Amino acid sequence: MAQFLFFLLAVVCVASVFGMIISKNQAYSALFVILTFTCTAGLFALLDAPFIAVIQLIIYAGAIMVLFIFVIMMVDVRKGIAPEKKKWTLVFASGIAVILLIELIVALKMAFSPLSTSSSQAIGNPSDLGYLLFTKYLYPFEITSILIITALVGAIILVKKKEKE
Amino acid sequence: MIPLSYFIILSIVLFVLGIIAFFIKKDLITQFLSVEIMLNAANLAFITFSKSASALDGQIIVFFVITVAAAEVAIGLAIILLIYRQKKSIKTEDIKSMQG
Repeated sequence: MAQFLFFLLAVVCVASVFGMIISKNQAYSALFVILTFTCTAGLFALLDAPFIAVIQLIIYAGAIMVLFIFVIMMVDVRKGIAPEKKKWTLVFASGIAVILLIELIVALKMAFSPLSTSSSQAIGNPSDLGYLLFTKYLYPFEITSILIITALVGAIILVKKKEKE
Repeated sequence: MIPLSYFIILSIVLFVLGIIAFFIKKDLITQFLSVEIMLNAANLAFITFSKSASALDGQIIVFFVITVAAAEVAIGLAIILLIYRQKKSIKTEDIKSMQG
């Protein structure tokens, strides 16, 4: 059952990335990316990380992608993206990417050949996660909150229209 | 159960697809989306290694990555909006000059 779920999620994930690459419309691209993120949340749940899976759904597939869709609606999509004239960039990028893929897989085989199969013990208990977050990782947590505030203020100041005096 | 190397291979494939999308797409928003896909692939690898080591630290790192990605998206989209207001376009081909 888990194996079937894994393959289903993996296939949908990769297929929706392909869909995002192929589609010309930015809004469709964003929707395909939402599908990818949802599938990744399912994979996280398969890996005993229920809290991260829910966070992925709420923050990534929810909040972040809503921001993207807002901006896509503000920017005029109707002008469209001109069909690609330069074919060589596609060939070049694909070639380099395939080389990188082979390299990463070989590196994986070299380095992590005894990667254990998933053990049965559950580790992703949200209460353990919260305990760790507020003891060992307290300072990073607080620094992240400062970062979020800075980003919020920065984004508002950047986009604010200058008032005419 | 599912071998964990399947998850790592899936994350590698997602990362490489993100790179391909970044290079063949011509508008800023879709390129930004492909950066998000690459971040997601890295998150998947983190969670897999966290499971493999039976330690929670990988999940904490993914939590931080997601928060930082939220901040990054807010700033990045603000910059894209600014570029659109100035140039009336978000195609990378139209953004050549560096003078504001």
